[in-house]
Amino acid sequence: MLGVYLKDVIEGVDDLLTLKRLMKLMKGNRAYFITAVCATAFASLGRLVRPVIITVTIDSVLDSRPLMDNSVVRWVVNLAVGGEQGLKNHPRILVICGLAVVLATVINSVFMVIRGNYSSKASENMAKKMKDSLYDHLQKLPYDYHVKAKTGDLIQRCTSDVETIRRFLSMQVPEMARAVFLAVFTISIMLTVNVTLTLVSAVFIPVIFVFSYVFFKKCRAAFKLTDEKEGEMSAVLQENLTGVRVVRAFGRQKYEMSKFDKKTTEFRDLNFNHIRLMSWYWSSSDLLSHGAQLAVLITGVYLTYNGVITIGTFILFNSYISMLLWPIRQMGRILSDLGKMQVSIGRIFEILDAPQEKDNEGVTRHPLRGEIVFDKVSFHYEGGKPVLNNLSFTVKPGQSIAILGSTGSGKSTVMHMLLRLYDYQGGAVKINGREITRIEKKWLRERIGLVLQEPFLYSKTISNNLRMAKDTVEDNEITEAAKTAHAHGFIEGFEKGYETMIGERGVTLSGGQKQRVAIARTLIKNSDILIFDDSLSAVDTETDAQIRAALKTRAKDVTTFIISQRITTLMHADRILVIENGALTDSGTHEELVSRPGLYLRIWEIQSLLDEEFGMEISGGAVPEMA
Amino acid sequence: MDHFEELDYNKAFDAGLWVKIIRFAFRHWKHLALLAGSIVVISMIEAVMPLLARYAIDVFLGDGDLAAADLTNLPAYSVIYVLIIAAFSFFVFLFIYQAGRMQTKMVYDIRTAGFTRLQELSFSYYDTTHVGWIMARMTSDTERIGDFISWSLIDGLGAIAYIAMATVFMANLDAHLTLWVMSVMPVLVVVVYLFQRIVLKGNRLARKMNSKITGSYNEGINGARTTKTLIRENKNFEEFMELTGAMRKQSRKVQVVNTFNFPVVLCLGSIATAFVITVGGVQLQTGGMSLGTLAAFIAYTTMLFEPIYQLVNVFSELQSAQASGERMMSLLSSEPDIVDAKELIDIYGDAMNPKPENWPAITGRVEFKNVTFAYKTGDVVLSDFSLSVKPGERIALVGETGAGKSTIVNLVCRFYEPTEGQVLIDGVDVRERTQIWLQSNLGYVLQTPHLFSGTITENIRYGKLDATMDEVVAAAKAANAYGFIMKLDKGFETDVGEGGGRLSSGEKQLVSFARAIIGNPSIFVLDEATSSIDTETEQIVQNAVNEVLKGRTSFIVAHRLSTIRGCDRILVIADGKIKEQGSHRELLRLKGSYYELYTNQFKEEAEKTALIGG
Repeated sequence: MLGVYLKDVIEGVDDLLTLKRLMKLMKGNRAYFITAVCATAFASLGRLVRPVIITVTIDSVLDSRPLMDNSVVRWVVNLAVGGEQGLKNHPRILVICGLAVVLATVINSVFMVIRGNYSSKASENMAKKMKDSLYDHLQKLPYDYHVKAKTGDLIQRCTSDVETIRRFLSMQVPEMARAVFLAVFTISIMLTVNVTLTLVSAVFIPVIFVFSYVFFKKCRAAFKLTDEKEGEMSAVLQENLTGVRVVRAFGRQKYEMSKFDKKTTEFRDLNFNHIRLMSWYWSSSDLLSHGAQLAVLITGVYLTYNGVITIGTFILFNSYISMLLWPIRQMGRILSDLGKMQVSIGRIFEILDAPQEKDNEGVTRHPLRGEIVFDKVSFHYEGGKPVLNNLSFTVKPGQSIAILGSTGSGKSTVMHMLLRLYDYQGGAVKINGREITRIEKKWLRERIGLVLQEPFLYSKTISNNLRMAKDTVEDNEITEAAKTAHAHGFIEGFEKGYETMIGERGVTLSGGQKQRVAIARTLIKNSDILIFDDSLSAVDTETDAQIRAALKTRAKDVTTFIISQRITTLMHADRILVIENGALTDSGTHEELVSRPGLYLRIWEIQSLLDEEFGMEISGGAVPEMA
Repeated sequence: MDHFEELDYNKAFDAGLWVKIIRFAFRHWKHLALLAGSIVVISMIEAVMPLLARYAIDVFLGDGDLAAADLTNLPAYSVIYVLIIAAFSFFVFLFIYQAGRMQTKMVYDIRTAGFTRLQELSFSYYDTTHVGWIMARMTSDTERIGDFISWSLIDGLGAIAYIAMATVFMANLDAHLTLWVMSVMPVLVVVVYLFQRIVLKGNRLARKMNSKITGSYNEGINGARTTKTLIRENKNFEEFMELTGAMRKQSRKVQVVNTFNFPVVLCLGSIATAFVITVGGVQLQTGGMSLGTLAAFIAYTTMLFEPIYQLVNVFSELQSAQASGERMMSLLSSEPDIVDAKELIDIYGDAMNPKPENWPAITGRVEFKNVTFAYKTGDVVLSDFSLSVKPGERIALVGETGAGKSTIVNLVCRFYEPTEGQVLIDGVDVRERTQIWLQSNLGYVLQTPHLFSGTITENIRYGKLDATMDEVVAAAKAANAYGFIMKLDKGFETDVGEGGGRLSSGEKQLVSFARAIIGNPSIFVLDEATSSIDTETEQIVQNAVNEVLKGRTSFIVAHRLSTIRGCDRILVIADGKIKEQGSHRELLRLKGSYYELYTNQFKEEAEKTALIGG
């Protein structure tokens, strides 16, 4: 029992949190929402006027009962037909009654339009705001977040979850307000007419409300299960499609079919469970509402029979009771949507609550041309094993440095430290005498050019991709950089040259071409330090050598780091650093490193052995046995 | 980002398409019948309700004259009323229950049919069709079809039933007054239809903009790391805000129009009520009508217009459902290019029902006889290509991208069929056996290995579903994968993650080797990776390749010198033809294309030698 109670408390806290977050999202648009809610109030009031007009018409115009004892009604009747006797004598009384019905509806409609407009304005503004802040926030999240990010899931959150919230705000919030206003107004009017009958009607309200709330909770759980299963089903489908070659090569269609069938069957059954829940809800709430109507009808017949109320009042109550019950019943649906929205808000705030990258702005723009010192730097990812272990080395300005290390040795991480994509936990990195934690991140990234191993090109033209690096770029700067990166040739080969679109709507570049465009883009920045993080891996060795030669002339004063697996790429550097398990194990020139045992020599031997043999074969010598 | 974009569908009603869709619905005709039956009953009861109230006024309250009131029938009336609402609730339950059954079953059927078709379709289909496109068809489009048939269409049926019943009842009570009420109808239908059209058109535009926003998110997230290194955050954000701004403007336009929709319906409805009061009131005063009848009419006029609104809604939903239907049916009606003959399936079975007991063993002789292959676009890849490979021979295919290397391999696997000529395996044309026979005897390793989510054991077992754990371990050992697997926390039971994402690309390759050899295939196809893994891992992979290929006829699309040199025969492919062939040494001595291909590497070698002084 206590457990159940505790669960309720926790869910209550959850609801509060959702409300708080919702209020935060509503900021700036609250006035629109309030206007929409006020318009809803007036619209509901307008809706209730109609039955009164009909009651008066039936009771006092067509029948001959005294006018309803209500000052507002009397005032209106006096104004329209000059008093109660006018209801009987006025020559066009029926036309006036008809027009009154139309007029009441028109007023009601005007408020409905106002409500619709303001709620749409508010919710569209909020949707835009949510989308914008999600985009902005995602861009400003730390590098590490994006290393681990699942694109599909994030996009889902930014689009469908935002849409779920928008829908809820634009349709269900006014709808909720309407239900509340209608209930309050209806009951107040009913009370002025007859208390007994009002009590009979009102007794059903809490019953139906509690009933729909219980349903909503069950529904939320069912919905979540269905949703998760749908995700699993999509994942199986996606894997089957992306792995179609493997499926066919092994003739595993049947196996795939049964794998998929398992998921779709489970999804079908869970989805049906959800609908079955709805069928129970709607049918029993129908029974309840109609039961309420019957109760009002029978009580009303007795009261009228005994002369307590008039026939007009009887008809009035009969139309009010359905007006009262319908919105309350609707609450069930709204509340179930509330569940979905709550889930969506939670998912969105999982993104928005992730802390953004912090930067120390202001005074910290420090010239970067100078010595780079790594002093006993240690680093580990959150909760992970150490990646860098007391790493120390010094680089003189203008030197070209090559870094060799196996996968996972931490060689890329070393370079990420320089741009402060990650911050180290121990030791210090200094550029030109100042520790980089005291230099603005933005400044570091502006002045240090980093080409990633798998660079991203935007789906814009090649020229616009190249222009991204700087605010204003001259045309000749673009061609210069492209020439250095050996990209000019193939770009000119395209029909539209530099104006060629990249991506699915334009040309698809090969891995090597992408890398060369990315290198050109970075070169345009005119950086103080250049880093190539294995960014020549997809370029053939000849082009690789030519690019490096061109770089040497173009950026001879720039400190350059090259990370590569290819010895031929590394060997010409001023200094080569060998990094193993996050520590520097050796450093020196190529000649120095091949003269002593170590990782460098080992790899150099493996790579050169092949070529050596090749040379032997060409010259017709004996082929040595492969190890 | 094309697959994020909406296509324009604005076509007329397509009867043929709906026949196909309805056929899926009729598979569950029992549900459909109960569904249609219950919605008609529900609508009838709803139409009867005002009559019940009228009876109460006319009889129990003596039609306004309490002296004539008679309560004797009240208990019986109450019982009937209770029975009616009980029946009503029951049918509501039945309706939703059956609609749910119908919808979920129908969606399941369409989806299964789609998946089955996807397993049958040939590679040429996958070459030209985006995965995102297929995903959308199999998920949201399928749901929309089921949704429309089970809910919207049936709702429409209910609305029609209600309107018909109410009209009949009204006409029975007073034909003259009914005509007055009905006079508003045509105007209403036209007005609602016009609204819907504007809204539909506007929504389509809004959806297009929304697709762009989705594309932008995709780019923003995938490119986030590059964005950081270029400090493009703010500029990207500005561009993005332009998109969301345009989207807001468009949505608002549609919504402003839409807010008028229902109020206009209400106002038109109130005109009908006004007619009832004015015209009916006169009739009542002249004694031509009872008070109860008038009250019933007023009730009908307020309840008649919602179903009409609903009905028009069904029509607008029909358009989007038709678009979904069209897309899904186009998937279902795509025909595979490669089909097994029926009499062959009877003997050897097909992918869904293989009959391995009838399969002749493969020794691995492969022949190409004057094979020409052209894509559907007409681009000829191979022309008059002939090749004979002995069992156990190891063939390397080298040459530039697009020279036809992959096509040769795909023809061996019968992923494509020759446009002219024959591919023979063990002297038999591949078309004289079924695809499953060949493909069950293949070992196949892709350039970028694809693993399925699940454990390493499950992935290796993919090559032989009934393999014992000993066989799995043996395969892992043969593929040099055992070492790294045992270093993992859970060993063979380690979950590799979606697409094998938790393993490095070298590890993925090793697992895919193990998967390929566990079934002991006689023909092996290897598309070697171009991108580098680190040198030491690469050495392990190389050794695995040598081990794995032993004694099997193998075709290797090769990039690495060491792999190539280990082959019995090297084919230099250019423009769909064999330009040179022979052993490594023979080809080098030829000093032709093969020589050209590798001199660059040799030059660097010489340079290196010079650097360290010999």
